Amino acid sequence: MSVRRVAVLGGNRIPFARSNSAYAHASNHDMLTAAIDGLVDRLGLEGEVMGEVAAGAVLKHPRDRDLTREAVLSTRLAPQTPAYDVQQACGTGLEAVVLVANKIALGQIDAGIAGGADTTSDAPIALNESLRKLLLDLNRTPDTAGRLRLLTRLRPGQIVPEIPRNAEPRTGLSMGEHCAIMAGEWGITRAEQDELAARSHQHMAAAYERGFFADLLTPYLGLERDQNLRPDSSSEKLAKLRPVFGGAQGTMTAGNSTPLSDGASAVLLASEQWARERELPVLAYFTEAQTAAVDHVHPRNGTGTPEGLLMAPAYAMPRMLDRAGLGLGDFDLYEIHEAFAAQVLCTLRAWEDPVFCRERLGRGRPLGPIDRERLNVNGGSLAAGHPFAATGGRIVAALAKALHERGCGRGVVSICAAAGQGVVAMMESSGGAS
Amino acid sequence: MSDRYAQLVNSRPGGLLARQVGLPRPARLERHSPGDPVIRGRVLLAAAPQGRLLEPVAAVLAQARCELATHPDQRVRELVARAGLDATIFNPQAPGEQRLKALVFDASGIADSGELASLHAFFHGAVAQLDRCGRAIVLGTPMDDCASVAQKTAQRALEGFTRSLGKEVGARGATVQLVLVGAGAEHAVASTLRFLLSPRSAYVSGQTIRVNRARRPENVDWERPLQGRLALVTGASRGIGEAIASTLARDGARVVGLDVPALAEDLRRAMARLDGEAIELDITAPDAPDALAQRFSTGLDVIVHNAGVTRDRTLAKMPPERWSELMDVNLCGQERIDQALLDAGALNDNGRIVCVSSMSGIAGNAGQTNYATSKAGVIGRVQALAGELAERGLAISAVAPGFIETQMTAKMPIAIREAGRRMSSLGQGGLPVDVAETIAWLAQPASGGLNGNVIRVCGQNFLGA
Repeated sequence: MSVRRVAVLGGNRIPFARSNSAYAHASNHDMLTAAIDGLVDRLGLEGEVMGEVAAGAVLKHPRDRDLTREAVLSTRLAPQTPAYDVQQACGTGLEAVVLVANKIALGQIDAGIAGGADTTSDAPIALNESLRKLLLDLNRTPDTAGRLRLLTRLRPGQIVPEIPRNAEPRTGLSMGEHCAIMAGEWGITRAEQDELAARSHQHMAAAYERGFFADLLTPYLGLERDQNLRPDSSSEKLAKLRPVFGGAQGTMTAGNSTPLSDGASAVLLASEQWARERELPVLAYFTEAQTAAVDHVHPRNGTGTPEGLLMAPAYAMPRMLDRAGLGLGDFDLYEIHEAFAAQVLCTLRAWEDPVFCRERLGRGRPLGPIDRERLNVNGGSLAAGHPFAATGGRIVAALAKALHERGCGRGVVSICAAAGQGVVAMMESSGGAS
Repeated sequence: MSDRYAQLVNSRPGGLLARQVGLPRPARLERHSPGDPVIRGRVLLAAAPQGRLLEPVAAVLAQARCELATHPDQRVRELVARAGLDATIFNPQAPGEQRLKALVFDASGIADSGELASLHAFFHGAVAQLDRCGRAIVLGTPMDDCASVAQKTAQRALEGFTRSLGKEVGARGATVQLVLVGAGAEHAVASTLRFLLSPRSAYVSGQTIRVNRARRPENVDWERPLQGRLALVTGASRGIGEAIASTLARDGARVVGLDVPALAEDLRRAMARLDGEAIELDITAPDAPDALAQRFSTGLDVIVHNAGVTRDRTLAKMPPERWSELMDVNLCGQERIDQALLDAGALNDNGRIVCVSSMSGIAGNAGQTNYATSKAGVIGRVQALAGELAERGLAISAVAPGFIETQMTAKMPIAIREAGRRMSSLGQGGLPVDVAETIAWLAQPASGGLNGNVIRVCGQNFLGA
């Protein structure tokens, strides 16, 4: 069985909105449909039967059973297109791309769409857990007397609903609190984080100015640009914000952490033959991927602390590089998801650190530094916002386009995810770098 | 024996009161128990440029399984990675909530007074993070190993720094030392670093310790470093002597305790607990030196001259026998015994003589002309004998206890007792075990490089410092 090259043909997303604003009343279903339909329009996929559509959301309603299949049925793709849901926290979007790419590589399908959507505005609110159990018991009780007895267990407190929290189930700490611990462990300064955040905004603003996003975005509900983007952002302005994570000594602010956001994205992947038949230009090839997870719950051997929640990409990267026979310095573009500026900086410092690389990666020498001028050159999540499952699609599409513009070279993607997971991937320009 | 004031201000209501009134609150000092790690908490390690001790120190910390932190400095990170240390990062620009249990700074490379700024840079960024009962250790180069006047000046300056920092952090129960590591002695620092980092050195602060070239220790069992050593302790029936005997036994030594026949019962009881041997003997007796040389003709590894008496009286009122009796026990006796042992070749290779001097011997004390003379004489013996003994593969050193809580101090008038306790950086008296731990460290086979040292065990008492 031969393995085929997987082409990235294009991507589309709706502008990302800040939580509880422009998309306050849009559901994941609505947004994912809009993102896919934008792609369908741009690449002429109306009525096409795709091999599959894989997408997901992190915050899902119970009613969103088979969210992706239902969204596909709302799009202008052929209803005969199969679809399934993926969920791997913030890795969802990139993992969906990996799944579709692998099927194309193996010849199981010829083309597919990968994507994701998330809303923190239209968040699911569940019945109070004890009320839910009571109602289920009521449903199971056949006689009226028994039912009446059960109703005496009703309490006013049971009215309070279950609201989803942005906290790790096993530690009770929020993502930001976890990242603040990492920032402390790696000695990441406030100034470094603010500088990275400012550059993210400046790069993304410049990319908008030169029209980079023109064929990557479909306006939605009145938004034409990412709502979080602040073109005039600067380290000096960001330095004025007060810390929100890590206590009074903390270095993490609302400015160098991603805000809760809403949005959706989709990417079209296909075999080269499928692309040729439809005369769709290949932007880039999706060549490698690796997923890893860390134990963020139990202390590491010989230390009092567990591995940092968002450090899994630091482990995934060398495994992928070794398989590809490449070094960390062998890339022209680096897309590291900016969940928090501190997460990016911890990851980079870990790859440069002889101790981390020896003790935790088992390598004689560090992976080394990267050229920061090649990092997130068209902006990152700090500027765009970060609707969890939509970020992978945003990054893959933008990197494919950037590689296409360059005409040569390699790019690498790194995305950290909740529950100690991380996904990394490699892409090559269709212009022929090998 | 008990320090009621320290107990009071460390209780909840007492602490509240002390804070309100602004009274000193001496910290509860941590002390070692068998099985404890060298240090609980993170050790921050850094060096001034050109230092020669980072690597040997990292090796010691790795072997002692210390939790280590370093600055995000690529050179240091590479070095500790090679030493196999899973070191975390401490960035003084973003210290966060990180706590540090020890600060170790290799200042051996400081070559002129301008470079002393690196001391400030390192400790300024970290001292606020130093935990209760923390440790600060500065490593330097002895003046006679310095290449230039500028370097000698700068290295001598380190002592002013460590002594002052000790006074700043003492209230937290933290201690500060300067360790001068001679050229070629880089690999002889293990026993000293372990002692100074651990709670064994609870009551030792503000000391300047010199480590000389010595044989490289092999296969040390650090839990029982005196395993297989035979040790004689004089004055072993009670107080500090008893603590010395039991601490040496805890560390693996076979102990022979000696005391005067009048205390025979106490001595036998104490030795029975340690599975040790009791020798009832007056060290001032004319036949004592020969008797001991005879008893240890098959070899002795450690002799601890602890036996001592006080015969306080101001000089004008001191009759001659108060002088001579004391001098005989405290100084002349041990001179004669050591001479006999050395003549008989009774001290084994890498053997150790450890003497108990006193803070009075350094600072002097009204009413103790006799005592202070004898204890200063003990320091003289250490300095005079060190060279000769080194040539024979032996070593001599002394401890100088400050205010140690014993039956003797319990009988002092309260004002003098309180002054003795509080007039020190740690703001409290020490315990007999603090003296014993220091002696056990000096007696270790791996401590041969400490030949000639006199270590105060005084909580950095302000007298004579």
